[in-house]
Amino acid sequence: MRGAAQIVLLLVVLSDLAVLGTSRLSSCIRGIAAQGLLLGLLPLLIAPQLSVHAVGLALGTVIVKAVVLPWFLAWAIREAAVRREIEPLVGFIASQLLGALAVALAFAIASRLPLPAMPQPLLVPVSLATLIIGFIVLTTRRKALVQVVGYLILENGIYLFGLTQTESVPFLIELGVLLDVFVGVFIMGIVVFHINREFDSLDSTRLTELTD
Amino acid sequence: MRLLVLCAIPLVTALAVLGLPAFRGRRVPVALLVVVAAAHLALVASLWAAPAAPALGGWLAVDPLGLTVLTLTSVLFLVTVVYIIGHVRHDPPRSGRVFAGSLLAFLAAASVVALAHHLAMLWVGMEATTLSVAPLVFLRRDRRSLEATWKYLVVSSVGIALALLGTFFLASAQGDVGRPLLLPDLLAHARELHPAWLRAAFLFLLVGFGTKMGLAPMHTWKPDTYGEAPSLVSGLMAGALTSCAFLGVARVTEVVVAAGLGSFAQPVLITFGLLSLAVAATFIIGQGDVKRLLAYSSVEHMGLLVLGLGLGGVGAYGSMLHLINNGLAKGWVFLVTGNVVLASGSATAAGNRGLVRTLPVSATLLVLGLFAVTGSPPFGLFLSEFTILRAAIDGGHAWIAAMMLVTLAVIFVGMAALVLGVALGEAAPGAVAVRESPWLVAGPIALAAIVLMLGVYIPGPLHDVLTRAAVALGGRGP
Amino acid sequence: MSGAGLIALGILALVAPALPGIAGKTKSLLTGRRGPPVLQPYADLRKLLRKRAVYSRTTTWVFRAGPVAMLVTLVVAALLVPLDGRAAPVRFSGDLVAFAGLLALGRFALVLAGLDTGSSFEGLGASREVTIATFAEPTLFLCFIALVLATGDLSLSGMLGTPLAAAWPRAGASLSLVGISLFVLLLAENSRVPVDDPATHLELTMIHEVMVLDHGGPDLALILYGGALKLALFGVLVVSVFVPRAGFAGPAALALLFAGLGVVAVGVGVVESVMARLRLARVPQLLVGAAALALFATILQVG
Repeated sequence: MRGAAQIVLLLVVLSDLAVLGTSRLSSCIRGIAAQGLLLGLLPLLIAPQLSVHAVGLALGTVIVKAVVLPWFLAWAIREAAVRREIEPLVGFIASQLLGALAVALAFAIASRLPLPAMPQPLLVPVSLATLIIGFIVLTTRRKALVQVVGYLILENGIYLFGLTQTESVPFLIELGVLLDVFVGVFIMGIVVFHINREFDSLDSTRLTELTD
Repeated sequence: MRLLVLCAIPLVTALAVLGLPAFRGRRVPVALLVVVAAAHLALVASLWAAPAAPALGGWLAVDPLGLTVLTLTSVLFLVTVVYIIGHVRHDPPRSGRVFAGSLLAFLAAASVVALAHHLAMLWVGMEATTLSVAPLVFLRRDRRSLEATWKYLVVSSVGIALALLGTFFLASAQGDVGRPLLLPDLLAHARELHPAWLRAAFLFLLVGFGTKMGLAPMHTWKPDTYGEAPSLVSGLMAGALTSCAFLGVARVTEVVVAAGLGSFAQPVLITFGLLSLAVAATFIIGQGDVKRLLAYSSVEHMGLLVLGLGLGGVGAYGSMLHLINNGLAKGWVFLVTGNVVLASGSATAAGNRGLVRTLPVSATLLVLGLFAVTGSPPFGLFLSEFTILRAAIDGGHAWIAAMMLVTLAVIFVGMAALVLGVALGEAAPGAVAVRESPWLVAGPIALAAIVLMLGVYIPGPLHDVLTRAAVALGGRGP
Repeated sequence: MSGAGLIALGILALVAPALPGIAGKTKSLLTGRRGPPVLQPYADLRKLLRKRAVYSRTTTWVFRAGPVAMLVTLVVAALLVPLDGRAAPVRFSGDLVAFAGLLALGRFALVLAGLDTGSSFEGLGASREVTIATFAEPTLFLCFIALVLATGDLSLSGMLGTPLAAAWPRAGASLSLVGISLFVLLLAENSRVPVDDPATHLELTMIHEVMVLDHGGPDLALILYGGALKLALFGVLVVSVFVPRAGFAGPAALALLFAGLGVVAVGVGVVESVMARLRLARVPQLLVGAAALALFATILQVG
């Protein structure tokens, strides 16, 4: 189980880097869907024994993060009729390099944190890496939809960290977190839809009317 | 039991409003809102009279801190709902069901935040308040409110995500000691918590919840959001939402102080407080829009809250008192601004002049509100700000006191310039007095009366609760 | 210098031209055609060797030396690679740098030959080739660093030999990433899809082909053969990472190597039929992605 969990965590980092490097919105959505699936598998692989808690969390995560949210984002893309991200504020190559640096930084930080011995030592570095990469995507992309994807990646990173605390964070809370993320993205999607209607584009650098 | 009912009534009603076909259409179910608000306030009042037992295995419980925020929220909500009675006649929202449902969801979420003693549940409630307010911010669906909503959503979501990380760090700090993330256990075993994780948790929770509060430098969403949302929504946000967010910060401060890391937390809190004061003062000068002006004023007051918390001693009491005073005053001024917007269509200085002639009651309330919000006697904010000032001097931080006074003076000048210009000044020739519906002014007048009362007399039970809250935060009563 | 190693090198030299043939055949079959026979490159080489070369008046000795220099550097580089999975004919600590340097020298010679013609097409191809090399070289080094960290050996014979076999259980994930990165490098260095399309006729879309446009006859034969040998060398790198052959006896290890090379060639063909060539501006992105993979593999070793 440990080896399988390790591979899944590595694939999570690869999915982060994939989203960082692509300009096609559909690839971003597929990346986040894949990540949702991987994240759904993790509770099953990490839990010492299969419990209702683990299965429920896995199921909930897969349904929300791998099915519903990507489907909803894909709907938003269709509605807005956009296909590609224009050159972001930090170019794609630089983003990839930043992402690789973020991974290095995450591993460096994780090795310095006073972590208790846990069954899956890769969990904390990967969660930090995903967090930082989600932040990078959120802040350097122009298209509002890709910013939502970045937010989702950020949440995934935090979710990963939460997996180290499966005993302290009860099922109900995780369900609450999942629900919050779902509703949050749902609302963001609606706003993006309206943005597209009003501004005829999803380029968030055009949202500059309000200023002091 | 009462606690569960307190949270459940608004939540169930919200779901009913959003889901049942009976509520379809544009009409806002005002009567329902009033009933729920009144019931909520009645239940909260009963909590003052007789303490309630914890619910959900200790996840929901009443303590002085929570009771203060809960009462503030409940009062503000009722006043806002009364205001809505008059408001919807003049300016009905596009979707009454979304409007009412979001308001009720907000009340439910805020109640959960106030009563939550399980810190992860507090986070869930906090995120719920963020999300429930979003549809209210972009009620008008035009370009500007859309832009404001987007910025609000993105910044708040990132902040809340960081707060979640902080909550997980707190769980890491706790390890196996006591029941995970339950406040009483955290406080009881505070000395056994892992200090490194606790410090990291404090920082992330402060930044995360600070974003919701609108502390500088995470305040960037505030002017746009308060400026574009309907005034009554801005009032609820400035009064109730920020107080809930402050509660989050206060809870983690409680734990940190109990763990003996007060000397680490206090300089951080003071820094954020002073930074917020400075930023507010800088941007208030030359403001042209009353709602944006009030947003920066909100940044200032959040800075004062956190400053009082960081100064300790009698400053904690000052912060708690200020929480109430600021919340009520902001509600009052925003509702009055709502009247101005109803009459003239905008809240800018360019669009409004000589309001004293056209909207006499509202203009008077606005000017009085200016004095209240900037901390002039005899209003309550003067007392709370003076208490925080005293804490600064008592602690030997004369320069902090000096900075406070300077920024407050600058803010007063900046605000007075705009508000007095709007209220006094030359009205357009031929301007007539608009009839101000009693529904629209009753609320603000009531709030003003309370703030005035709190400036001269603090009722015994309130003083008691505030003192106990201050002690829990590591300070003391006056 | 061991005799077995030289024999292995001889066999590789003989087999190399078959690899582009296998790739081409795979692509044809996958696209529903019968395609040229697998041994077609040998026929092409024979045809070219029989022709006479024509040299332009603007070219100098550089033009004539280019293909020869490239082939010589490739053969010397091949001496550094452990074909039997244990030891190469020539080995010394740090020979990975020599390997990369020799490949770079060969490329440099061809680039100079292309520039020597004074024609804009060759110049175009030369500049593109060098641009891709700018991104490919660091990636290659990153892969090597990951291998060095995994095996603790600074010589190619160690990095691709016995210590590698021992490192697989521990660093499997990291080594897989290195293997993938090396495969992407193979596609880039050998002008395969998605970096360059070997079947295009339009000079403006070519990279490597257009750089050697003016070479004809025996020179072109040397270049074609050199290209096949380079493909084989990179293929050996990829196969060595994924299939460490240290535990097998000599002939068995060689057989495994050639089978692996065949698989790699089929893989190249599959990629060619599945993907389209990337826009030139996207090629650096692909290579940086490969570099990120290699960097990640390195971090996994260290962290």
